[in-house]
Amino acid sequence: MIFLDLFIAFFKIGLFSFGGGYAMIPLISEEIANHGWMNEAEFLQIIGIAEMTPGSIAINAATFIGFQTAGLLGALVASLGVLLPSLLIILFISAFFFKYSRHPLMKKIFSGIRPVVTGLIFSAGLLIAKEVIFEIRTLIVFLALLVIIKFVKIHPIMLIVLAAGGGIIVNIF
Amino acid sequence: MLNRMLKLFFSFFKIGIFTFGGGFAMIPLIEKEIVDRRKWIHREDIIDLFAISQSIPGAVAINTATLVGYKVAGRIGAIIATLGVALPSIVIISLIAIFFGEIADMKIVAWIFTGINAAVIFLIFHASLRMGKVAVKDVLTTIIFIVTVVVVVFTDISPIILIILGGLIGAGLYYLEKGDRV
Repeated sequence: MIFLDLFIAFFKIGLFSFGGGYAMIPLISEEIANHGWMNEAEFLQIIGIAEMTPGSIAINAATFIGFQTAGLLGALVASLGVLLPSLLIILFISAFFFKYSRHPLMKKIFSGIRPVVTGLIFSAGLLIAKEVIFEIRTLIVFLALLVIIKFVKIHPIMLIVLAAGGGIIVNIF
Repeated sequence: MLNRMLKLFFSFFKIGIFTFGGGFAMIPLIEKEIVDRRKWIHREDIIDLFAISQSIPGAVAINTATLVGYKVAGRIGAIIATLGVALPSIVIISLIAIFFGEIADMKIVAWIFTGINAAVIFLIFHASLRMGKVAVKDVLTTIIFIVTVVVVVFTDISPIILIILGGLIGAGLYYLEKGDRV
């Protein structure tokens, strides 16, 4: 059943993602591939949309994928799935976290998890780059962005808007 | 009490609407709204909440909202703050998803995405570098980082396994070092 599949997939993603939205990308990509919910190009569009719209990338991606696969109810089920694990953890064992978040064991555990999360985010970049960077127009915009941010500090949302404009320009010429 | 719940909901609804770019972008907004405006939590305490929200799985933004809600008004507060921060995304994205089917095939949309893809790649690598500065700082963490990338890119092994292994390595180190001291 599609709703149960969506819920379980996003519950799993919510339960095992540390460090926010970007680190979730490899996990989401794995679930999508396993279920055959969409192709790489569609997934890329979703990441782009999730970036551009307000709110957390995780919820945005869950809502969009849920909607694309099973309509509004799918969107709700996927969003609920992704936010439920942390909500339950906080509701029932936050006292534990308040007490032990500074314990040396916790610190060590996270010193082991953090490089994995960094690797997951880096891999997310590679997985996406592999799909599109050989597209010469995308590469041109990418290099242009690199040059621009060398000289000015730009808010991520402005960077996206700028890149969208760049995409139109390179396609016209 | 009802009044406070409403305020909690709308504070986080507002934060959900006005943050772009995910959890870390939300931090200054949460500080302004919760510490400066509502005075629900002290500045020193909110930093602890941010730290805890990163050590709980899930989206950092959502976790912070849930934790603040919990601190301000218990379990109900946690649920209300979570709904408040998630609702704008769900509504906005559903609206986009409804219309996206109709515009997805338009040429200009494809053009825009050739550009946006470049920005997304940039932002992701940037986030990974920023995090790497804190997370990857010796031989062991460098090895963990490289192994993670190789496994994710070249195998079908689930990232979940890697996260669990990373945690176990950290715990193992703790007990090794503790053993040395005894």
